[in-house]
Amino acid sequence: MTVKVKVENLYKIFGRNSKAVLKKVKNGVSKEKIFKENGHTVGVNDASFEVNEGEMFVIMGLSGSGKSTLIRCLNLLNKVTDGKIYVDGENVVEYNKAQLREYRQKKVGMVFQHFGLFTHRTVLDNVAYGLEIKGISREKRYKIAKKTLDTVGLDGWADSYPNELSGGMQQRVGLARALANDPDILLMDEPFSALDPLIRREMQQELLDLQSDLKKTIIFITHDINEAFKLGDRVAIMKDGIIEQIGMPDEILANPINEYVQNFVQDIDRTKILQARNVMFKPSSIISMKDGPKIAIKEMEQSGISSVFVVDKDRKLQGIVTIDDAIKAVKENRKLKDILIHDYHTTNPDTYLQDLIPYATEGKYPIAVLDENERLQGIIVRVSVLSSLVS
Amino acid sequence: MSLFPETLRLDLGIYVERFVKWLTVNYGDVFEAISNGVLAFLLQIEKLLMWVPWWMVLGIVFIVGWRTKNTRSGFTFAVLLFLIGTFGYWKLMMMTLAIVLTSVVFSLLIGVPIGILMAYNVRVSVVIKPILDAMQTMPSFVYLIPAIMLFGMGKVPGVFATTIYAVPPVIRLTRLGIHRVPKEMVEAAHSYGSSFWQTLIKVELPQALPTIMTGINQTTMMALSMVVVTSMIGVKGLGDEVLIGINRLDIGRGFNSGISIVFMAIIIDRVSQGIASRFKYPE
Ligand SMILES: Nc1ncnc2c1ncn2[C@@H]1O[C@H](COP(=O)(O)OP(=O)(O)OP(=O)(O)O)[C@@H](O)[C@H]1O
Ligand SMILES: [Mg+2]
Repeated sequence: MTVKVKVENLYKIFGRNSKAVLKKVKNGVSKEKIFKENGHTVGVNDASFEVNEGEMFVIMGLSGSGKSTLIRCLNLLNKVTDGKIYVDGENVVEYNKAQLREYRQKKVGMVFQHFGLFTHRTVLDNVAYGLEIKGISREKRYKIAKKTLDTVGLDGWADSYPNELSGGMQQRVGLARALANDPDILLMDEPFSALDPLIRREMQQELLDLQSDLKKTIIFITHDINEAFKLGDRVAIMKDGIIEQIGMPDEILANPINEYVQNFVQDIDRTKILQARNVMFKPSSIISMKDGPKIAIKEMEQSGISSVFVVDKDRKLQGIVTIDDAIKAVKENRKLKDILIHDYHTTNPDTYLQDLIPYATEGKYPIAVLDENERLQGIIVRVSVLSSLVS
Repeated sequence: MSLFPETLRLDLGIYVERFVKWLTVNYGDVFEAISNGVLAFLLQIEKLLMWVPWWMVLGIVFIVGWRTKNTRSGFTFAVLLFLIGTFGYWKLMMMTLAIVLTSVVFSLLIGVPIGILMAYNVRVSVVIKPILDAMQTMPSFVYLIPAIMLFGMGKVPGVFATTIYAVPPVIRLTRLGIHRVPKEMVEAAHSYGSSFWQTLIKVELPQALPTIMTGINQTTMMALSMVVVTSMIGVKGLGDEVLIGINRLDIGRGFNSGISIVFMAIIIDRVSQGIASRFKYPE
């Protein structure tokens, strides 16, 4: 994995005398106190993080926590007060005007909360804007723009004006405008916040689908923890300009670093975040096909369970036997393979809990978690699903 | 002794006169060049307007009125124009129109850049705003003074005075139009690496255009309202006729020329409004 964006000790302070105030901020004076005493607003306070190539990195926090300020530093729409931003190893903060323009033209694209579309241009001319700025010929840029419009599902709208489109469609234009430029990095500042919930969910899914093809480095801002955890490979949580915690969704869920993060995490619908891999555990006992019913009984007795999964020598799942059947088989002198049962539910490790709940609560047997080769990875029992929902 | 003491006298006029003399001595060439340029431009426009056959002008006005408003407006405008012709004022009207159009062109050349500068720079804006306020409360006759001082009598000082008088709306509305471009839109332009000029030409000016068009409409109307005033420094045209009508107490002549100016005002106002409304983008 290569690091695409590396932010080091980034500060952004709004006000006339930001350099002087910076010292106080570095000495740990609070945002509130700085505002009272100096009239300066601390937008971003000592942010450091890395974003890997192809990663979707989500920054979340309450309104005013400095998310926009931070993301706008990344393409220098905000002048950085202090700190470094390395993109492909180059500190973009030190770029001169020409370098900055080139960086914006080639490497970063931005999608805005209220779309920021050019209302005097057609949809096609909006999407082609970045290419036009780069000096690409009309014919070529229209061709690219049309293709990009197809990608976001807006073919046929090229000649409309943005204001004739619905909110969701307008944001697709915004997304297409960024994508047409084919930037390595996509900055998205609450792109879906202005959309109603249904459209929003649709757009989230589409972004995920797109991303699985495009593999862009995406930095995505949201104030919605559910959105953050749904989309983010990793999530950073901000408060008062400070990044409180960075981690993968399930890491943060499992170990919220402080009360602030804890409060966020409480709101979350865990069934949409947690996957089978997060709640499964290694079965205390499994038996092999070559074992007989007697061994099965012994295993079950030792672990105090009433059924046990059976695998072959490659750990491929073959079935499950119950204690009753095993006892009967011993009496009737039958083999293990004669009493295998198959009416349990299987799943892969990436399935979300919300899709497993019905099987976990209703099925007679544990859910078997299998990898792509049908090998048993772990099992999920009703208790583990339910307990993961409350803690 | 309640009147102001005679010993306290200050003649500012002398200094102004000296300043103007100094200007004409040292920069006489510059004013001469400006004067020649303006005159050449004006004469070209006049020539063009006189060259177009009268019936074609009627046709154009009808079509423009019809396209921008409706058939009835187009018809009305054409009839009003026809009436001016029947008063025997076709040529004078064209001379007046040439002055107005020239002044509007120069107002744009001066006003749009100043408006842009004001939108970009608060300090410039703070300095120029009170000047614009003063200009709009100043009686229009006042502009004749510097015009005469710098350019003497005739068409060029007429254009000069008219331009100065009519320029404020273009400046104001250009500034307003650019100022009102949504911040996110400008940021979007920047975020794709647009240069200053690209942002201005591809985003800000097109966005401001409907507002600027309103400014052009107002400027045109103000320019037209100057025609009688500028006739006092020797500008020929409909204004001149009004002046003659007043001086000779020739009621008929005064009426014909006065009503012709009103007709012109109606046509120009409606047509330029119609054109301006064409520039609005779908909301
Ligand atoms: N241009 C500016 N000048 C002064 N202060 C600013 C400016 N932009 C942002 N701020 C301040 O910086 C802080 C962070 O604002 P920011 O817009 O980054 O928050 P946010 O997390 O994006 O919030 P939201 O969810 O409402 O968009 C706020 O206190 C805000 O008032
Ligand atoms: Mg924001």
